[in-house]
Formats: sequence, C-alpha cells, structure tokens
Amino acid sequence: MPAPCTPSQTVGPFFSIGLDHLNRANLAEGSVGERFAIRGRVLDGDGEPVPDAIVEIWHADAAGHYHHPEHVSPPSEATSFLGFGRIPTDERGQFSFTTIKPGPVHGPDGKPQAPHLQISIFMRGLLKRLMTRIYFPDEPLNASDPVLQVVPELRRDTLIARPTKQDENTLEWNVCLQGERETVFFDC
Amino acid sequence: MKPLLGYRKPAPGTQPSYLYPPYVSSIKRAPKQPLISIPVTLSEITGPTFLKEIASPTAFDLTRQHKGEPLGERIAVSGRVVDEDGRPVQNTLIEIWQANAAGRYLHKNDQHNAPLDPNFTGEGRTSTDDDGRYRFITVRPGAYPWKNHYNAWRPQHIHFSLFGPAFATRLVTQMYFPGDPLLEFDPIFHSVPDEAARRRLISSFDWLSTQPDLSLGFRFDIVLRGRNATPMER
Ligand SMILES: [Fe+2]
Repeated sequence: MPAPCTPSQTVGPFFSIGLDHLNRANLAEGSVGERFAIRGRVLDGDGEPVPDAIVEIWHADAAGHYHHPEHVSPPSEATSFLGFGRIPTDERGQFSFTTIKPGPVHGPDGKPQAPHLQISIFMRGLLKRLMTRIYFPDEPLNASDPVLQVVPELRRDTLIARPTKQDENTLEWNVCLQGERETVFFDC
Repeated sequence: MKPLLGYRKPAPGTQPSYLYPPYVSSIKRAPKQPLISIPVTLSEITGPTFLKEIASPTAFDLTRQHKGEPLGERIAVSGRVVDEDGRPVQNTLIEIWQANAAGRYLHKNDQHNAPLDPNFTGEGRTSTDDDGRYRFITVRPGAYPWKNHYNAWRPQHIHFSLFGPAFATRLVTQMYFPGDPLLEFDPIFHSVPDEAARRRLISSFDWLSTQPDLSLGFRFDIVLRGRNATPMER
C-alpha cells in the first residue's frame, strides 16, 4: 500500500468559480420515467439557512440501472440517463431540482432496495462531504430497505421526502445539519 | 450473485473530523450525531462517469482563458491520481479553482481589497490519462485574509475536486505549497490530525516539470480510497 487516501479539505466559500460548469438542476432531460421535483433548504445548527452549500445527486434510471460499468444488467430504454446533478443553494439556503423516479436497485442480498437518490453535500465549514439519501413517501419497499433498516426508527423520516401542497410530483426534503431533526448522514 | 466489494475506510487520523473548533464555521455546521455505517450496495460503488469532452482540451491551462496572460508566477501543477493500492485512477474528472496572484477570487462574496485580474478566472478542469496522470498550467495563487480569527490568512492553495470511480471515492481537497510559513497557523490544514497525512497535502517543487524560461513545476499526487480485497473486510 503506497499511501493512505489524501485528506479531505473544505470547499470553502468560493466553490462556484470552479464547480459551476456541472450545475444541472434538471436531471430528467432526454430520459424516460416519472418526473418529479424535490425542493428543500439546508439549515445550520441555529436553524439559519446555509447560502453557500452544494448538493450533488447520483441515482439510477427508471429501470433501476446505474449508468456505470459496474452495474452489469441488460440495457434498458432509459440508459441514456446520466444520473448526476449538482445544485448550489441560494441566499435563502434553498435548492430544487427535477429528475425521474429511479427504479429499485438490487441490494446486498439480492433483494430490491427502495427507490432512492444518493446525496453528497459540501459547504464552507464542512471539512469533508456529508453523504445521505433521499427516499420517497408511501413507498412499500421502504419497509424492507437494507439501509433504512440500520437507521434508528425515530430518525428514518429525515431521509424520506414529504409530499407538498403544490402538486403530487413536488416533494420537500430539508437538510438539518444539527438539532432535534438532524438529518441522518452515512459512512460508506 | 457475486458479493459487492466496498471501499476501505480511511486510516484513523488521516481525515479531518467534521467538528474542529479552531475552524470556527465547523461549529454550527458539523453534524452532532455519529455517522451511520451502512452495508455496501451498488449505489455506493457506482458513480458518475463523465465523457472526456467535459474537460475541453484547453481547460487545463488557466493562463489561456482570456485575451492576455494573467499576472503572477506561471506554474505547472502535475501529478498522478492512484488508489490506495497504487493503481492509476484513469479518465477521472479533476476540477480546480483558486485565487489570482494577488490573493483575490473572481467571486461576488470575496471582499478582500486586492485587485482582480481581467485575464484570470481561476477555474480549470481536466481528465486523468490511462496512467492516472494530469497537468494544469496556472499562476501561483496569493495568500488571502479571512475572518476566522484575528489576523487570519489562508496559506497559498489550489482547491481540487475529484470523482474517482464511485460515489464512495468522491474527494474535495486543497493543495498547498512547500515552505509556506502560513501553514503552521492554518486551522483548515491542521484539521487533519495525522502529521504524515497532512504533509501529503503539500505539493513538492519538481525540476522535471520545470520548464526553462517558462514555468516552475509543482508535483501533487492524489490518493483515492482503495477497494476492499474481500467482502469480509468491512
Ligand atoms: Fe480558497
């Protein structure tokens, strides 16, 4: 082993010079599947909005297939779906994006995972990224999902987007960095 | 079905903790609950792969993005991206951003009273080759003040963002310069507890990539997480 992994350092306050070119709030473009929007806010330990965060998204296509060489399965009609998005928060700590609902990806035991989005969060003040997931409300597979199972029951709902009054395809999901409703973050 | 191989956890002390009180903004932003360890699934061992075209052939040269050349000391920054087993990380996107030679970012929130350079944006990207190698041409960034504590100055640095092969290998870091006297006082640099790990954030002066009458060379090698050898290693 030549050397352990290079240490992480914060993105600092000026990431938007470097990381803007991959910004993409519409992941759905040109791919098939049920479209929906997620909107939310990033809040710090005082409940104050975080205006300088970046949210990155990675998820499977409508057939549950990842656009990646390690996911070997028959190509579906949705394979042109890249699966990646990057969105900065605005002055009010808000972000929103549109994508398609991913299909169930198989889990470690071969059983399906519930549909979910992989999320990375970066910001000034974070010395390394935060990893979390967004799940869907009223999804029967949530009850047997291998990742949700390892999360204490009381905290699971921080990972599940909520329906909004706006319309049935707009969901809300907030990130609380600290506090009673602190979002569950993962080590993987 | 074949068991999935995850990525190794970093050795103790080689990564910063979320909370490092000398870095004041970590206090209200570091999560207070411990992270939850999850089983390896396809969702963590896959990740975005970008076409090579995302880094245009000129995007690696930050001194040629405008009509004229930027002010400052022209440098070449190059190195290799490998995993913890020494295997090259091929065709992976690297994004960098930095202050200009005067220590000022082209960003609306940068209030530092130092001049902007009309010939410098401070943003570049490239893709590693089949051997994991990359190269950028830029100018040496200036140190700049920040509000963390009285008379706080960031050492000269270039921000690096890498994807690697999987969601699990994503890394954002900063490259520093050898011999910078500000490193000793920088809480972001010192947030990494292990001294040897910290030193790996400092590039080295490199004769081999120094070009006569043109530019000094600095070498910065990057190591991304290695793969578990067996599914048992978790
Ligand atoms: Fe910086």
